[in-house]
Amino acid sequence: MHLPLSTVPSSNDYVADHVREIPRSGIRDFFEIVQSMQGVISLGIGEPDFVTPWHIREAAIYALERGKTGYTSNLGLLRLREAIAEYVSANYRLTYDPATEVLVTVGVSEALDLALRAVLNPGDEVLYHEPCYVSYSPSIALAHGRAVAIGTREEDEFKLRPAALKAAITPKSKVLLMNFPCNPTGGVMTAAELEEIAAICREHNLLVITDEIYSELSYAEAHTSIASLPGMRERTIFLHGFSKAFAMTGFRIGYACAPAPLIDAMMRIHQYGILCAPIVSQEAALEALRHGRADMLDMREQYRLRRNFLVHSFRAMGLPCFEPRGAFYLFPSIKSTGKSSRDFAFGLLKAQQVAVVPGTAFGPSGEGHVRCSYATGMDQLQIAVERIGEFVGKS
Amino acid sequence: MDPLLRLLEENALATHETLAAQLATTPADIKKRIAQLEHDRVILAYKAIVDDERAKRTGVKAVIEVRITPEREGGFDRVAHRIAQYREVHSCFLMSGGFDLLVFIEGDTLQEVAGFVSEKLSTLPGVLSTATHFNLKTYKIQGVLREGVVNEERLKVSP
Repeated sequence: MHLPLSTVPSSNDYVADHVREIPRSGIRDFFEIVQSMQGVISLGIGEPDFVTPWHIREAAIYALERGKTGYTSNLGLLRLREAIAEYVSANYRLTYDPATEVLVTVGVSEALDLALRAVLNPGDEVLYHEPCYVSYSPSIALAHGRAVAIGTREEDEFKLRPAALKAAITPKSKVLLMNFPCNPTGGVMTAAELEEIAAICREHNLLVITDEIYSELSYAEAHTSIASLPGMRERTIFLHGFSKAFAMTGFRIGYACAPAPLIDAMMRIHQYGILCAPIVSQEAALEALRHGRADMLDMREQYRLRRNFLVHSFRAMGLPCFEPRGAFYLFPSIKSTGKSSRDFAFGLLKAQQVAVVPGTAFGPSGEGHVRCSYATGMDQLQIAVERIGEFVGKS
Repeated sequence: MDPLLRLLEENALATHETLAAQLATTPADIKKRIAQLEHDRVILAYKAIVDDERAKRTGVKAVIEVRITPEREGGFDRVAHRIAQYREVHSCFLMSGGFDLLVFIEGDTLQEVAGFVSEKLSTLPGVLSTATHFNLKTYKIQGVLREGVVNEERLKVSP
């Protein structure tokens, strides 16, 4: 920045170009309006409505009682990494060495950031399917990569189509970022469908970063990780965490599993930026892996029943929707109302005090849809459905 | 376990339409299945779970450990049935361990409960001894926490 001495710079001039260029989050504007209103029923919440199961909270309290208040290894507690390796082996058929191939992070958000920063050179292209989680494009930009969105469509059940992936690949393509089950669409990929994607990744030497945070919340067939397919382990960074399956969002614990050189690269960033994930949360996560399965299954069943209710209710009011196969979001089409996603969401909020998130918050290909979270109790869902029905009826 | 039963145990007031949507079936099917469950006495009753303190009820609740002599034919059943019939008895279970029956009773006053134990329960043939414990405070009842667990600070919109 070279300014004449007499010019007083605005504070904004100090902000780095690549940060200034990141657009304001669409969900943020909406959030501020909703937060200021009274009596809103919100289907806009991307976290479980369940409080963390008591035995997990109790483990955190016990950790404090025992004076567990210090740093841990940069990689995370070895006991936790061992438990993660076991869990990942039993549930995803993936084998990782807890000593060198598992890194405990502050949520999957940090793990994703580390993975991108560890592998991207400026200008490298990262392919990802869209609509998708709000952080993908900005995280890629912050790591000096180029975000290349591949639209997914309702008629394809929001799956990533091999042809669309192929068409997006250029000589600069380095990473494919995936998230199945998908926030916001509820789409999943079967083992056979993933194999087609894996073949393309092998052919074009792509690294896969797979965010499988919703994998326990799969309602149709058993979840398959792309990392478990032949020839994929060495080219995949597997990201997972505790927030969704164990209702532990506030504990902020995620993890990455990958071959040692990749984990080592991520750890080098993590050790200077974060040092380690909070020890109390790590102790709670360990308890979740050891004794949390029954709670997880119980919550999944409740999500499934709510999903059924919402799908039925939206279809009954004339809003077509794909039946989500995983996660806890419904992504109905609102095209028949003639409104844009944004107008629908703002109109519904104003007229009926129900918050849903405009599909465009998850990328331009979310236009024509809204995201409705069913991480909300049945009593609230019932009222929301009645109100949305009235709103749609008058549209 | 029948998922319908589970849903009804959570909320017996759920409408047939809601239950049908959740279980991906029709309201008519739900109606038929509930009728069958009631007929088979799988569902015994529907009741509200009431917080006595908030309802300003001043009644007395107690749990009684009862030791009884098993009978040659029928074991504990006949005595247990006789005890369970009393209006004051809210629940009655056969237990393993140092006593045989655990009897939950409710009365309007301490005297009423004491009278029931000394005059009716203790004097029944086959009852060897009783130990009565009075409820002092309720924290959780039938799976419901009295104070609930509410996170007031939960964000209304999050990604």
